[in-house]
Amino acid sequence: MRTRLTLTRRQTLALALPAIGLGNARAELKDEGDPAISPRWLKVRAGLFGERAISTEADAVITLDAPKRAEDAAIVPIAIRARFEQKPERFIRKVWLVIDDNPSPIAAIFSYTLDSGRADIETRVRVDEYSHVRAIAETDDGKLFMAVRYVKASGGCSAPPGKDAVAAQAAMGQMRLRVLPDGAPLGPKLAQLMISHPNDSGMVMDQATRQYTPPHFVRKVDVTYNGRLVLSADIDFAISENPHLRFYFVPQPGAGELHADVVDTQDLHFERSFTVQPSL
Amino acid sequence: MRAGRVGWRAGRLIVWGALVGAASSVAADEFALPAEALAPSVFHVPGHQAVWGAEFHGQVANLAFVIGSRCIAVIDTGGSASNGRALLASVRQRSPLPVCYVINTHPHPDHVMGNLALAAAHGEQAPPLVFVGHTRLRASLAARAPFYLNALQRDFDAADHTPSVPLPTLAVTDRLELDLGGRVLELRAWPTAHTDSDLTVLDRTSGTLWLGDLLFVGHLPVLDGNLKGWLAVLQELKREPALRLVPGHGPVQAPGPAAFAATERYLRQLQSDVGTAIDEGLSLSETVARLGEPPASRMAGWLLIDAFHRRNVTAAYAELEWAK
Repeated sequence: MRTRLTLTRRQTLALALPAIGLGNARAELKDEGDPAISPRWLKVRAGLFGERAISTEADAVITLDAPKRAEDAAIVPIAIRARFEQKPERFIRKVWLVIDDNPSPIAAIFSYTLDSGRADIETRVRVDEYSHVRAIAETDDGKLFMAVRYVKASGGCSAPPGKDAVAAQAAMGQMRLRVLPDGAPLGPKLAQLMISHPNDSGMVMDQATRQYTPPHFVRKVDVTYNGRLVLSADIDFAISENPHLRFYFVPQPGAGELHADVVDTQDLHFERSFTVQPSL
Repeated sequence: MRAGRVGWRAGRLIVWGALVGAASSVAADEFALPAEALAPSVFHVPGHQAVWGAEFHGQVANLAFVIGSRCIAVIDTGGSASNGRALLASVRQRSPLPVCYVINTHPHPDHVMGNLALAAAHGEQAPPLVFVGHTRLRASLAARAPFYLNALQRDFDAADHTPSVPLPTLAVTDRLELDLGGRVLELRAWPTAHTDSDLTVLDRTSGTLWLGDLLFVGHLPVLDGNLKGWLAVLQELKREPALRLVPGHGPVQAPGPAAFAATERYLRQLQSDVGTAIDEGLSLSETVARLGEPPASRMAGWLLIDAFHRRNVTAAYAELEWAK
């Protein structure tokens, strides 16, 4: 009798109150486990690479820097560094960034050319859960190499959504592009692209309408130097609000133009150019 | 009165049955958080100076309740379901009046995860329980709550779990007054500072001003909104009339600008240090590496530096790189 009353009351309450529930959020294990058999990874691996061999002896190809703990779950710095310059005899064509236990595990796919100089990338990601983070590089001979780090979700009150949704919306589309001076006359130069964009997952349900807010994130970034592609990035909302990319390109003698072309999921299009001076 | 009482009892059973299980519910029911009377009918429930986690059942934020002649307002509900129930038990030791308002000062889990416990206990008695927050709190909490609920389920005891977090239905866009009967609370919504939805509460009768996490004492300030905005809001808060100031974390303060000095000094230093690193072209990780372990002399008086300082550097960097 009591039990029936309880259930009835509970159901009534649930209907009457606008509330955010647990939904299908999963409580993950805190243990690191074996990265090779992470169930999410096995699915992603099958989808991206099928039966292709992936070497985990990646130290001579790429390294992956990620903090052991996500200090702020919304802004986790990630650096993927190639161990050699892009040369015709050996270069990296593509790098996949995978965060196993994010709702959308494939965070980004970066494509490089010989004009990239180095197949490096520094960016920031959202980490929803305790998760393996992976960088998988494909070299010009078609071989795959993977570096793995385990990132613990942040403690306390940080969460992957952005800091100020209203401000992010208001500033959307602003872009900054610059070359970071290194004092060296030759060789690949480090450039930084900042894109003001909420990069919103759209996974929040409006309790009044029971509709999910539409996702709105940057999906494609192409950077050229004097018209030649140096970086092409397919990204999603795993990249933090205001996407930030640091990458390399090889400048030529004389002034040149670095150009960034950005498209988001609503087909909004943003562009920015930067004149590279020979003194750099 | 009698009917309301019965309804409330039924409500408690819901929480026990659904979330806790009979064995542990008795202990949860008996435990009432110690509350300190700051003034007649104004009660302060101090939180532990710790990170929101299983320890202390998430009871790390200061909570409060104010009793009017008609009904009661609760200011923040604690970091878990059991924290919310223990808060309510404390309320019940002091008054049989219904809780008519639950005010959430911002969306962080240590302040909102007891919301459902309050709602469940209230049931359908009149007056209905109204959740009140900053006009942006609804969206902000809706976006964050799934992650907090997941963390609660992952890291906390079963008695602390809650299946959902009720969102505010009464929004404060600038100022709003809540009448508890013979006692008016004055709510004020602020521009983005500690978070994007900070709300302060002033009890005019006693001159008590609850600042939520716009003011930290002891517990290192946590930046999850806008550093420049927070510094601007602090200047205004210093001028708010009050006889006592209640921070979101740490002991109650005497009125006056001095209460804000430590929070402001920390935030200004953060702004200056991170700004310099950005000017020098340091990346986010390089900046965290440089500033992540500040000299003890500069951090004197602050607790939980390891838990929050690197995070603050991270958030400040992401904001300030656009301000350059």
